[in-house]
Amino acid sequence: MKKTQADGGPRKNASNKNSRKSADRKKNADNALEIRLVSLLFFGLIIGMLVFLGKFTAENEQEMINNSYNSRQQILLSRNYRGKIFAAGGEVLAETVLDEKQNEKRSYPYGELFSHIVGYSSQGRMGVEALANYYLINTNIALKSKIQNDVEGRKNPGDNVYTTLNVDLQRAADQQLSLYRGAIVVTEVKTGKILSMVSHPDFDPNEISDIWEDLINDKDSTVLLNRATQGLYPPGSTFKILTALEYYRENKETYRNYSFQCGGVFTQGTSKIHCYHNASHGRVDFVSSFAKSCNASFANMGSQLDRSDFSLTLQNMLFGQELPLTLSHSKSAFYLPEYDDPEYEMMQTSIGQGKTQITPIHLNMITSAIANDGILMEPYVLDRVVSEDGQTVKKFYPTEYGRLLSEDEAQLLRELMEAVVLKGNAQLLKGQGYVAAGKTGSAEYKDSSDDSHAWFTGYAPADDPEICVTVIVESAGTGGDYAVPVAKGIFDVYFHQIAAGNASE
Amino acid sequence: MQYALSYFTEISKYIIIGMVAAYTLLGFGMLFTGRGKAFKIMGICQECLIFAVQAVQFMHLAIVSANQDYLFLYLFAQVMLLAILGLVHFIYEKENLILLNNMCMLLGFGFCMISRLDLSKAFRQLAIVGISFVISIFIPEILKKIHFWRDLTWFYAVIGVSALSVVLLLGEVSGGSKISFTIAGSITFQPSEFVKILFLFFLAGALWEEHHFWNVALTAVVAGIHVIILTISVDLGSALIFFVTYVLIVFVATRNYLYLFLGAAGGCGAAVLAYRFFHHVRVRVLAWQDPWSYIDHEGYQITQSLFAIGSGNWFGMGLLNGNPKAIPRVDRDFIFSTVCEEMGVITGICLVLICLLSFLAMSEIAVKVQDCFYQLIVYGIAVEYLFQILLTIGGGIKFIPMTGVTLPFVSYGGSSAMTTMFMYFIVQGVCLMMIQQEEGESDERDGKTIEKNAGRRRTEKKRLQ
Repeated sequence: MKKTQADGGPRKNASNKNSRKSADRKKNADNALEIRLVSLLFFGLIIGMLVFLGKFTAENEQEMINNSYNSRQQILLSRNYRGKIFAAGGEVLAETVLDEKQNEKRSYPYGELFSHIVGYSSQGRMGVEALANYYLINTNIALKSKIQNDVEGRKNPGDNVYTTLNVDLQRAADQQLSLYRGAIVVTEVKTGKILSMVSHPDFDPNEISDIWEDLINDKDSTVLLNRATQGLYPPGSTFKILTALEYYRENKETYRNYSFQCGGVFTQGTSKIHCYHNASHGRVDFVSSFAKSCNASFANMGSQLDRSDFSLTLQNMLFGQELPLTLSHSKSAFYLPEYDDPEYEMMQTSIGQGKTQITPIHLNMITSAIANDGILMEPYVLDRVVSEDGQTVKKFYPTEYGRLLSEDEAQLLRELMEAVVLKGNAQLLKGQGYVAAGKTGSAEYKDSSDDSHAWFTGYAPADDPEICVTVIVESAGTGGDYAVPVAKGIFDVYFHQIAAGNASE
Repeated sequence: MQYALSYFTEISKYIIIGMVAAYTLLGFGMLFTGRGKAFKIMGICQECLIFAVQAVQFMHLAIVSANQDYLFLYLFAQVMLLAILGLVHFIYEKENLILLNNMCMLLGFGFCMISRLDLSKAFRQLAIVGISFVISIFIPEILKKIHFWRDLTWFYAVIGVSALSVVLLLGEVSGGSKISFTIAGSITFQPSEFVKILFLFFLAGALWEEHHFWNVALTAVVAGIHVIILTISVDLGSALIFFVTYVLIVFVATRNYLYLFLGAAGGCGAAVLAYRFFHHVRVRVLAWQDPWSYIDHEGYQITQSLFAIGSGNWFGMGLLNGNPKAIPRVDRDFIFSTVCEEMGVITGICLVLICLLSFLAMSEIAVKVQDCFYQLIVYGIAVEYLFQILLTIGGGIKFIPMTGVTLPFVSYGGSSAMTTMFMYFIVQGVCLMMIQQEEGESDERDGKTIEKNAGRRRTEKKRLQ
């Protein structure tokens, strides 16, 4: 460069045309750094943008296709017909039947039995039909068969989805709930697999397009509501699991010495809490308060609890939070005002009444976390996706959500729940060839009447839990009388038929 | 036969992905190997790939649509690309091969995507590209022959500002913006595209030798007028491009980091003000932050674009298998989403990398150019080009708020294609001048050494005698 400058003088004359340019040469020879700096900046921005695009592509394909504003679903459906939905045992729960003219009809061989959990796919989508929509309308059959279909003008079969649902358990649950309104959730404790999910009243998805208008126009109808995941109920005495947990957390040293004289009612200022039907339980300790579900005793415990700690515990137990669940669901709620005088809300909350609301699936998750030594497994219903020619496209595995409570807390609550079966409100479950544990509840939902929803949530076997069952029977009566027999029916089928069948194989 | 065709249409997208990826890799290879035999071979491979990609794409389109018009378009497009490559090689020999190939690759891709959306628009685009090329081919010659470009500084500013003002006052509203007007009934003309080049000539003219504060301030006023007019016309994308280009050119011309920080701070301030005072700016930001809540109105375009990209995924749905027309103004502002939807995100990423490659090649030329005036122009073109890519693609994937600018060469739009082609050929012209000068210099130097040696020999002889 310097040489050029030095030679600049004589050269100017030599190349007269570019005289002006030659003069400027020295000026800008060294802003290379600045130019490259800007290049680097842009390079970084572009790479950042491409990473963003890649991340979006990797994460969002399903959601994008499943959005009802996305017209490409129709395009996929014009080329593929919907795949089948199977139960865990290979029974067909939903399939698309083609007639000679290639007209499609979605058929649900079990009718009402799986109405909410398998759902429907016309008039919107629900249940597994909604969850697995993306897989059902995409196809992964071999290229050769695809081309064969193309040439012959046939549609491709969509991929098939295997669920975790068990037909026998589902049938047992449905029969047990009988004509009552309510819901049942059965999950596998160690994996979170949903084995059965029933919600009554139900409907026949085969006829969904015929009954749709009526169901939509009838504003009071809750037939389409999946009560197991979307129904919000007062938890009643089942909530005492959480009050007991909080009482234990705050009184680790002294809870064994707890004692309370129950006269059927607990009074604090002007507020009164009655035991169910004003029954008087006599002298109770921590365990028998729980086993006998003594409201007065729990109101007493509740009035001693630290509100902000209790709020925190409930939030950690997913009250007021989004559940780790892909099925559409409602959020459970609780109400613990900082200032509350007389302490009415506090006492109401500790016995599961007041403004507390919970979904059956949420109660099931809490119960199965207790049964699983404190660790919550995320409930799931899709097991695997398999193409029509048998290739596994995707496999879903159990996912740990995290620890909800410590091992010794879980151990204590298991002890309490075992006592409910041994000497409390669920003695019907005693001596069945399996040892169950659980908690009953009778949730009052109207101030003025004695009507109550019957609850039971529990698991079995008590020493090494396999399944977790949560039952709510609406407006039936006490949990002990109406929900425990339902749960018993389900445990019976699981342990006497299914588990026994598996063992003999 | 039918089976073979079916096989072909099923796997064509993978073939295209492979070829485009190979093209991109070759391009980066060329950037890092100096001119030489390997460079030439890679260039030739790239050119083969350009035509191969076109062949596969149009064959797929023709088979799936069963419309033979695609074949006509294909023939025209091939003839045109061949003519562009051939003529430039023939006339200029030492042109920058990376830029030339990239231009042809992007143009070809554009023809294919536009024809997939609307065949008649593709024919129009073809015609406009043809006209643009006929003009552009002279640009390097003109740059070489005419030397008074740097003396017209204020002329550029006056023309630029008045063109933008005319559009603001008389332009027609399209897509909420006042950016174009129609001549002779059918030719729509978007002056802000051409003003981009004028603006660069103005800045380069004003800043190539004088860097003192008042000079910079004066250019700031002119740049500000451009930006304000564009903002009022709701051409936010162009307003941003002008602003960023201004700041970066001042920075590189003066090598003063203070100006860069002032520019950045001013930009943030202006953005806040624009957000406060202009409703349309707020709407864009809102649609970017949470398009899903406004999916019916403000967020419609962006969510449809995301659907397209998400549905296409890595490998795409295949040409004619998607539903790109669900996105409003897809052929101009969202052509990239269509590429991702039907050809796959991998192809989309390669296209962005090809654009990035052009940018890097341009800024390397800028580093080497000795003449400050042309250096600023080349560098400004590089910045305008890449920043526009950042805006259009970033906007389409919800990386940044949408601004509604085109993807140069790929999008439908005559003004955009013509302006970008002018830009590429200006860079080519500057590059050719530079090479010529270098050669001249080395010839001179060689000549001088010979002379000197001869002289030395003479003196030695004399001494000996």
